[in-house]
Amino acid sequence: MTLPEHAAPDEVATLIEGLHREEFGRIVAALTRRFGDLGLAEEVTQDAFAEAVRRWPTAGVPPYPPGWLSTTARNRAVDRLRRESTRHARHVEADLLRAPHGADPADWDPDDPASAIPDDRLRLLFTCCHPALAPATRVALTLRLLGGLTVPEIAAAFLVQERAMAQRITRAKQKIAVARIPYRVPGDAELADRLGGVLATLYLVFNEGYLPRAGDQPVRTDLCAEALRLTRVLRHLMPDEPEVAGLLALMLLTEARRPARVVQGRLVGLDEQDRSRWDPGLVAEGHALVRECLRRNRPGHHQLLAAINAVHTDAPDFAATDWSQVLALYDQLYAVTPTPVVALNRALAVAELDGPEVALALVEALDLTTYQPFHAARADLLRRLGRSGEARAAYGRAISMTGNEAEQAFLAARARGVERAIYP
Amino acid sequence: MAEYLLSVWGPAEYDEFGTYGSKEEMEQAFADTGRFNESLRERGHWVFAGGLHPAHTATVVDGTGAEVVTTDGPYLESKELIGGFWVITARDLDEALALAAEGSRACRGKVEVRPFQGE
Repeated sequence: MTLPEHAAPDEVATLIEGLHREEFGRIVAALTRRFGDLGLAEEVTQDAFAEAVRRWPTAGVPPYPPGWLSTTARNRAVDRLRRESTRHARHVEADLLRAPHGADPADWDPDDPASAIPDDRLRLLFTCCHPALAPATRVALTLRLLGGLTVPEIAAAFLVQERAMAQRITRAKQKIAVARIPYRVPGDAELADRLGGVLATLYLVFNEGYLPRAGDQPVRTDLCAEALRLTRVLRHLMPDEPEVAGLLALMLLTEARRPARVVQGRLVGLDEQDRSRWDPGLVAEGHALVRECLRRNRPGHHQLLAAINAVHTDAPDFAATDWSQVLALYDQLYAVTPTPVVALNRALAVAELDGPEVALALVEALDLTTYQPFHAARADLLRRLGRSGEARAAYGRAISMTGNEAEQAFLAARARGVERAIYP
Repeated sequence: MAEYLLSVWGPAEYDEFGTYGSKEEMEQAFADTGRFNESLRERGHWVFAGGLHPAHTATVVDGTGAEVVTTDGPYLESKELIGGFWVITARDLDEALALAAEGSRACRGKVEVRPFQGE
């Protein structure tokens, strides 16, 4: 991370970009703990990065850039609080005094990397993912405050108008402040429930990156990378939570398949992917985590999904997949999470073991007509049963329900395959 | 510490047993709510609480114009209305939510938690 004092401008830009990814959430988290004001922490951190962009290319990069950013942000916060009314300052003082759960702001030195208290970011993550906030708001806040993404970036990723997204984030920060959503990691009694919300948020971010709901980008690698990075941070901070390890494994094994998943702008199904293009490093890392989870033997939703992905990534080709193992895992998953979406995916494993007819009966019993993958799955089963007319109609329905162009291309190709079967 | 309004929401119309299904259920809910109130006092969260008569006993007064206009009935036409409330003090939202859960269980109604403005 050290650069010569007079580095080239593009090197400085790359450095700041990397620091933004690595340090934004850490600085916001530490300042929130110090000043008890999330909005203030966010603004001064943003200011500090803007200052770095202005100054470093000409004045040179400071010897310890993260420390410079922390100090600059902290000084700005102090300045701002001094300028504001003494009444506000009293409030901040009171907030610090009530600073709950052993957080002593005086013991924190932003210039000393050794004193960076790791669970500041964990507190921030639990605050952003508090159940009093709507799930979509949790995602937006997490990306903004921990990931440092800009409001326009978040709005673009979730197909929301920029103004609406800005308002959503502003209102959430206001709610956190005035309703006093606490800045802390919940105690043991609440932790299991609350951790579930955090994991769901991170998985939502990842999935939005892996299969964007719309647009010509088949994959939003930035969102996948951000979700993976935050999950790695969570894993580092909570090494004993098997569901955290499970979610990380799930993301790694999914991400590992990405290079084979889109070819020439078209999505490629698991059955047709060139498995030699899967990332062996990510597969190995994911498998190791799944094995760790198995040893702990406290299976949960994300661990079971990861285990299913591990069976897939273990098979040299699609035909060699251990489908009875996949089905057994889906049975376990359904016991933990009895949702129609799980039942749908379980039915696809049944199709490989007992044939498409048995699977179709299971699929058609599900109340999922507003869920795009339901129509895609149904179309595929009908195609395999040679029920061409119904298959084409179902493909049409599935295509109309996705805005992802690579997925549209994949479904359209399958639908054309049906046509060829009728008119050879 | 901060103050929160815990408001209980339920049907606009009360029947014979208020918003409850039977006399026994109503009496049990009253007893449970009484015990919850007592425990709020013991734990230092109590500020004020009260149950309201049905919404048809409400009157709306509008003094914003030149003349005061008085009308019968609640301000909003709604199937669900506020039926009672607590004002409590709590350290933070998590504590307020935990108390709201206890209150909801006691009175058998959904509870909205909303912070008061400070000073």
